[in-house]
Amino acid sequence: MTGPVASLNTAWFALIGVLWTGYFVLEGFDFGVGILSPLLAADDVDRRITLNAIGPFWDGNEVWLIVAGGATFAAFPTWYATMFSGFYLALFLILVALILRGAAFEYRARRDRLSWRRTWGAAHAVGSLLPAILWGVAFTDLVRGLDITKGPHYVGGFAGLVHPIALVGGVASLLVFSLHGAVFLSLKTTGELRRRARRAAALLAAPAFVAVAGLGAWTGVTIAGSSRPGALSGAVPAALVVVALLALGAGGLLIARGREGLAFGTTAVAIVALSAAAFAALFPRVMVSSVTARDSLTVWNAASAHETLLVMTVVAAIFTPFVLAYQAWTYWVFRQRLTRPPAGPGQTAGPSSPGGSPAAVQGDAAPAVPGPTSR
Amino acid sequence: MTELLDRWQFGVTIVYHFLFVPLTIGLGVLVAWMQTLAYRRKDADWDRLARFFGRLFLINFAMGVVTGIVQEFQFGMNWSNYSIFVGNIFGAPLAMEGLLAFFLESTFLGLWIFGRGRLSERVHLACIWLVAFGSTISALFILAANAWMQHPVGFRIVDHKALLTDIWAVFANSTLWEEFAHTVLAAFVTAAMVVVGVSAWQMLKRRDVRIFARAATLASGFAAVCLVATITTGDMQARLMDEQQPMKMAAAEALYNTASGASFSLLTIGNLSGQPIFQIRVPHLLSLIADLSYDGKVQGINQLQKAEAKKYGPGSYVPVIWLTYWSFRLMVGLGIVMLVVAAWTWWLSRKRSRWRLEDCRRTLWVLVACIVAPFAANTFGWLFTEMGRQPWIVYGLMKTSQAFSPTVGTGSVIGTLAGFTVLYSALGAVDVALMRRAARQSLDPPAGEEGAAGGGSGEEVAGLVY
Repeated sequence: MTGPVASLNTAWFALIGVLWTGYFVLEGFDFGVGILSPLLAADDVDRRITLNAIGPFWDGNEVWLIVAGGATFAAFPTWYATMFSGFYLALFLILVALILRGAAFEYRARRDRLSWRRTWGAAHAVGSLLPAILWGVAFTDLVRGLDITKGPHYVGGFAGLVHPIALVGGVASLLVFSLHGAVFLSLKTTGELRRRARRAAALLAAPAFVAVAGLGAWTGVTIAGSSRPGALSGAVPAALVVVALLALGAGGLLIARGREGLAFGTTAVAIVALSAAAFAALFPRVMVSSVTARDSLTVWNAASAHETLLVMTVVAAIFTPFVLAYQAWTYWVFRQRLTRPPAGPGQTAGPSSPGGSPAAVQGDAAPAVPGPTSR
Repeated sequence: MTELLDRWQFGVTIVYHFLFVPLTIGLGVLVAWMQTLAYRRKDADWDRLARFFGRLFLINFAMGVVTGIVQEFQFGMNWSNYSIFVGNIFGAPLAMEGLLAFFLESTFLGLWIFGRGRLSERVHLACIWLVAFGSTISALFILAANAWMQHPVGFRIVDHKALLTDIWAVFANSTLWEEFAHTVLAAFVTAAMVVVGVSAWQMLKRRDVRIFARAATLASGFAAVCLVATITTGDMQARLMDEQQPMKMAAAEALYNTASGASFSLLTIGNLSGQPIFQIRVPHLLSLIADLSYDGKVQGINQLQKAEAKKYGPGSYVPVIWLTYWSFRLMVGLGIVMLVVAAWTWWLSRKRSRWRLEDCRRTLWVLVACIVAPFAANTFGWLFTEMGRQPWIVYGLMKTSQAFSPTVGTGSVIGTLAGFTVLYSALGAVDVALMRRAARQSLDPPAGEEGAAGGGSGEEVAGLVY
């Protein structure tokens, strides 16, 4: 079953692409911060500053995933059902990781005991690391093609997901998200922590570039060798991968020169381009069958009927602008860097009060110790 | 086997998720209310209470969010046949829930947590109200999906899939609005009982007695009003259920044979084949509940089984009777107990009362014990309504036995079920311990005097939240 390209089915494919892309760009940096936090923090105060740098945002960022899942369920039920049951164990691991991570945000600072903070700190880091790898694996698998038979049923099991290319995809997403997080952290902190974050970003840029180049080339060759191409010419995803590589290269140079804001822009562009490349390579398929082209799920055979798509289009058109506006506003409200408070007496009103006096840390004051290369 | 395991997994996930959700919905409203009182009356006590209960609210919130993701994902993971069958209709409210409700509550929660002192007081107050609004309307969307499983409307069946014909019918579903009212009111009750119970504990320990008495007055009055409304909407639901899912009503009552002027059983001890050994019954009450008439006819399980087998083909259409019977009674019983307790507390604590609540120590201990009551009642309510619908997953359209994911092996489900159970138990223990700790802390000092108080250890960093 096929249909016209200019249709609600295509629009919803694009919208779901936008939702996943938004998720990767936004939660990408908070995964990265979570992964790097134990490596970059010199002490518990640093550790807390890194978590508070993403504190106002992580929850809203995670909703992008929930909405991507819900939109897939509504617009392409067969895709949702086949992918979620097919990726069963991988998704279970992601869910466990996200649960630990969410709990860790809320729990870690609630007790002073060192063992308590270590445990939740580790839970937070692992909870950030696993999804950062597994989303890369999962999306590489989607593009590469899976053992999908009539039904549609994915029959490859967990082993079918751990293909070498998919593992490269996992490494690439891990490195790119870590880089994105390091740049974000350098943008949101001051002093020594900021210097270390910047250094981490400079170190991560080259491996991220190599991993993405390798992933792009290997996936490109695999797709080109298959007899079941998507509707778009292979040049489109290839061009997007090149854009991602250029952005990563530029990001590495910019961060080395201390241009943190611009560098964050480029790592965001790299993630957008990579995600777009994956969706462009898929279209009009949503899950590629490596068994027979006939069994691939497409925006036509996996979709809801017209009535559902129409209703959802109206709802999305009305409410999405509001969501974008207030989420953007949050980033504006919390745009300041987090400064390490001066050591000494006169501290604290309890770690966990929803408020305390954040002004002490999220101050408008200029950073106490500007990095050597900052302008 | 796989079906049974999938059902256990769903049960574990939803029961666990729904321990956090009602408290989040209700505390959102109560904290917003307290903060409003603080703002409008420039009253430092209400501000301190809002912060105190805000802390409990936050410990809960994160768990509600992350267990909610499991809830959404498992439809596709464990119930792929179901997802394909209902996706056209069921997916829509889920997507709307994310877009309209979850974005709102989580974004403004971040602003509320980190925005104190940064945003103006008025905007900061608006943030918590938006959080409360977001979590309340999230209930509307998820219940639209659930109500459709209880009473499907606005669809046609094409190629073994339910396709949407009328989204207005889905949202105007009579089942939805009664379910929504009942569930949200129960959530308000949950939070109010927690606020009353925690305040009672603080009063027993003679800490900030006058301030916590104010919280107890507010919350017990709110609880009593909401309990009356919860019971009323529950009664309305019973009548609707008698019309839409008569088997569930009969199972709730363990009414095996059709009766006119049916009596309501307060307590039945019997064998599983339905022969009562001992029972206490209130004459005609069941007919009144189900039909609003003294001699109304209520259908029995045996007659309904025959009728449904004739309509849908051979098979058993009877849910697990002991479970529906007892969960229904425990839900109702706990509701009534809470109503009595809340109304009594409010009576004691009102301004012109002859007594002072803080001196009624026995009442205070009862209030502390009552903290668990709403959680138990909520759980029994959901067990009743979901188990009572069996063997259907979508009433009259799809059986649960046809709904699970055919490609997910039994071993995988065992592994994830064990994994979630262990993880949930561990996190549950931590969550309860942290809640207890937060509930036993003293109030923060009034705003502006923070520097003077040595709340935490010297290691704490001023203003870092996480």
